[in-house]
Amino acid sequence: MTQSLRIVERIKAFFTEIGDLSYFSGRFFKEVFARPLEFQELLRQCYNMGNRSLLLVGVTGFILGLVFTLQSRPTLMEFGAESWMPSMVGISIVREIGPVITALICAGRIGSGIGAELGSMRVTEQIDAMEVSGTNPFKYLVVTRITATTLMLPILIIFGDAIALFGSAIVENLKGAVSYQLYFNQVFDAIKYSDIIPATVKSFFFGYAIGLVGCYKGYYCKKGTAGVGEASNSAVVYTSMLLFVIDFVAVFLADIFFEI
Amino acid sequence: MKSKKNIPPVLEIKDLRKNFGNNHVLNGFSLQLYEGENLVIMGKSGSGKSVMIKCLVGLMQADGGSIRIKDQDITTLGQVELDVLRTQIGFLFQGSALYDSMTVRENLEFPLRRHKDKLNMTEHTETLVLEALENVGLAHATDLMPSELSGGMQRRVALARALILKPKIILYDEPTTGLDPITSKEIIGLMRSIQKKYKTSSLIITHDVDCARVISNRIILLVDGINYAEGTYQQLSQSNDPQVKAFFKH
Repeated sequence: MTQSLRIVERIKAFFTEIGDLSYFSGRFFKEVFARPLEFQELLRQCYNMGNRSLLLVGVTGFILGLVFTLQSRPTLMEFGAESWMPSMVGISIVREIGPVITALICAGRIGSGIGAELGSMRVTEQIDAMEVSGTNPFKYLVVTRITATTLMLPILIIFGDAIALFGSAIVENLKGAVSYQLYFNQVFDAIKYSDIIPATVKSFFFGYAIGLVGCYKGYYCKKGTAGVGEASNSAVVYTSMLLFVIDFVAVFLADIFFEI
Repeated sequence: MKSKKNIPPVLEIKDLRKNFGNNHVLNGFSLQLYEGENLVIMGKSGSGKSVMIKCLVGLMQADGGSIRIKDQDITTLGQVELDVLRTQIGFLFQGSALYDSMTVRENLEFPLRRHKDKLNMTEHTETLVLEALENVGLAHATDLMPSELSGGMQRRVALARALILKPKIILYDEPTTGLDPITSKEIIGLMRSIQKKYKTSSLIITHDVDCARVISNRIILLVDGINYAEGTYQQLSQSNDPQVKAFFKH
């Protein structure tokens, strides 16, 4: 096969995958409100994805806040602008760094977990067994997981942002003798609805993307146990890329609607 | 066994065809399964046995031919009708396919929670689960996880799960593969006792000649995606055809 043919094949495969993923996404919207609602399974997934990610998101957020403040401080001091620190950190974390970093962490923890779990269920015929028993595996496995990530990610992001700001406040308190009350007053004075609303809206899309890609890769996993690893790995890679695309679109739209 | 000509089959496959690209896996396979019968399908690896059984329950779409289960052509059924029909078919997977995030009890409850009311099953879920586990001698294992069970126990739990909705047809995909000879005999014994107790019709895919000898009323030999030979174990084991002989010689 010549080089050009190979490139054409790859482009074709890429667009086929986009088409399949769109169909998968469409099927989710078709089945999300169809009965039975599988509420118990949804709650179980919310617990697994939300509660069990708290520690990781919390620790990462805390270190992010500490490091961000420590590294920004000298530069701001150079310009005599250290009093802007709470506003700058608050806006950066709420608008951009908090959502993106938390989403990337969740893509690694939740997305790869979904890909591996569903992939393993596919290759061991558990999904086939569900189908044969007259249960809709898409509804039970996929719809519940995508809904859970969509609902849980905004909560995790808010939690991660809060911990990051707390980490930043500790540095400011220790290094700049800024009281916690003053720090948080300045943060909340600086943050506007035009910062919170786009960040919250995009966090739902981040959650949806993590669930969608993880489920898609796992549900259509092939090639035995090697395929499970591939599903898990590619779920993280594709999701990470998709998160940046969503982020770009979100910032672009926020710029139009909120004039940030 | 009643005369085949007088009663309609509970399951009938006619001229089933399935291709994967240029690989023609099934080339016009046909069979009839009658009430209370144990029909064994034998064939080499890659002869299309597993593809056939997957087409039978709608896990794969056939490219041609018809599959009728209890007078319903499954190739024309919608998803809802197919799900209802599937409740009348038990399926034992080759690797057991137990849901590994659920306990044995939850594995058995899973089909019940959706279909118990539709099938007018009046017994309590707990009673049905215990009854199914007692049938396979594992009443003590309700709260264990599949990973805590041996291969033979997993196969028995899978059999209990296949039976939980009291199906009239049971499909076995390599029921003894991967098991030691003693456990294989136990599974074959269970299959026979279940067939007697529930009067089920069974379609069994196997390589295991001993299994076929003990359990079959009739055997179909599948070669290159078509019916190559058919008969009782006695008839086929005495055949002079080299392909048939290759299977039955010990």
